[in-house]
Amino acid sequence: MSKKIATREAYGEALAQLGRENPRVVVLDADLAKSTKTLVFGKQFPDRFFDMGVAEQNMLGTAAGLAAAGKIAFCSSFAVFAAGRAFDQVRNSVAYTRLNVKIGASHAGITVGEDGASHQSVEDIALMRVLPNMTVFVPADAVETAGAVRAAAELDGPVYIRLGRSGVPVLHGPDFRFVPGEAVTMREGTDAAIIATGIMTAMALEAAGRLQQEGIEVTVLNVHTIKPLDLEAVAGAAKATGAVVTAEEHSIIGGLGGAVAEILAETYPVPLKRVGLTDTFGESGPSSNLLKKYGLTPEALVSAVKGVIARKQGKVL
Amino acid sequence: MDTELIEQLEARAKVIRRHIIRMTGECGSGHPGGSLSAADIVTALYFHELRLDPARPDWPERDRFVLSKGHAAPVLYAALAERGFFPADELLTLRRLDSRLQGHPDMRKLPGVEMSTGSLGQGLSAANGMALAGRLDGRDYRVYVLLGDGEIQEGQVWEAAMAAAHYRLDNVTAFLDHNGYQIDGPIREVMSPEPVADKWQAFGWHVQIINGHDFKQILNAIAAARKVRGKPSMIVAETVKGKGVSFMEHQVGWHGVAPKPDEAEQALAELV
Repeated sequence: MSKKIATREAYGEALAQLGRENPRVVVLDADLAKSTKTLVFGKQFPDRFFDMGVAEQNMLGTAAGLAAAGKIAFCSSFAVFAAGRAFDQVRNSVAYTRLNVKIGASHAGITVGEDGASHQSVEDIALMRVLPNMTVFVPADAVETAGAVRAAAELDGPVYIRLGRSGVPVLHGPDFRFVPGEAVTMREGTDAAIIATGIMTAMALEAAGRLQQEGIEVTVLNVHTIKPLDLEAVAGAAKATGAVVTAEEHSIIGGLGGAVAEILAETYPVPLKRVGLTDTFGESGPSSNLLKKYGLTPEALVSAVKGVIARKQGKVL
Repeated sequence: MDTELIEQLEARAKVIRRHIIRMTGECGSGHPGGSLSAADIVTALYFHELRLDPARPDWPERDRFVLSKGHAAPVLYAALAERGFFPADELLTLRRLDSRLQGHPDMRKLPGVEMSTGSLGQGLSAANGMALAGRLDGRDYRVYVLLGDGEIQEGQVWEAAMAAAHYRLDNVTAFLDHNGYQIDGPIREVMSPEPVADKWQAFGWHVQIINGHDFKQILNAIAAARKVRGKPSMIVAETVKGKGVSFMEHQVGWHGVAPKPDEAEQALAELV
């Protein structure tokens, strides 16, 4: 786990690879091609790369038109703009139409860092998850990102891929197989389960390691596909452990935590703690400091796990 | 120009207008005013210009038409039915439960609909995407798009206008249905987009201004647009909201209100 690669870096490489294999793939960006890494594709396939300027709404609509004419259209911007600024275009021109538009949304969450809250999307998973026909991937590392890009190209219909700015540990070996909709059990324990997504998966593993030293065994379930959610794995983790913590670099409203709460309430209710942004915007600062300030750390997960275990044991906190 | 062709198109437009009245009258809702103003443009496209095969709605070489002002769905449905994409009987299911004729066009439900529209301002972007794909694939199809004059108050339209000129999409021809009205009143009073022709020109488009109810002018403008190289074409069509039905013409009240049975009867009596 020494090598760190940002998922956006892996995205750029995966797109270029896809471009070599599939001539139907086209890529659009909205003046952020250097940051989202679509420029890696753009340099190799200039004819199939379209910079749409600072106009995300038109980018999504144009991608829909390209897809309607048979292309697989990846389009990228920061998550705040791709999912937020262009929400109605995603809804009406992409999701409602079930067109082959794949949104590679980078700089999601607070690890954007210094740019501050205007650029830190804490709501995009919620926005995309609520749309019918939309598939939502939140890869945890570079390997999952490559798998998500490939899976997105193979899926017939719209896909949202949430990517980060900052480097994250590589969790999987080269043999890892990304299966859409299939959560990955990273380790198993019976005391509690941490259900994590994106950059929080690495932190969940770290938390699990520390808890083990205290004699607490936790399952870590990595949910790279928020929609369709792996209901069986989520309910299974709840049944096997009786206590669940969710972890995401996103608002606890509407994202992974929201989805898990909905499912568990309907299937197998257990004590649950959602770790994420607690109905707040982020702010400027180095990403590691932001993660600490907003409680997105292994320490926070350790304490959340202890909390749900206490509730499971009938100790009301 | 061939007078016989003009007469045929005029007769066809009357049939289209009758469908619009019957459809909206039958279901008791819909947008007759802006459907009637666009009827001649849509007729010229579907019955003269567009390269289509109703038996193969997915034919890759077909020309595309995007109804960006999706609320004018009745005029599109009438043209598609008359052109043979589906039986004309089905027109009277407009806006009914389980109908393929949704209140605004749904490309996944009805053959011949190229893009689902309804949320205004999105059609030109989609048309540009189709045009870019055509160019990439070396196909010579053309993409037509119809915009409303209230619709161009949406910012996305101008993002798309900029992009079409930037990418030199001379395979795109847009019509502006310049009937002068939107739901809340005359466009000049609600939020004036004028001067429209100057704006499109400034955005790098080839612009023509025509009478949108004169088939000779419509066909000539389309032919002229075909010859333009390196620029997308805008045809500003001066039209009359509610055109063809005396009591609907220039009346903003008929934007989104369907005729009652006696009104429909009167309208049909005028459209013979």
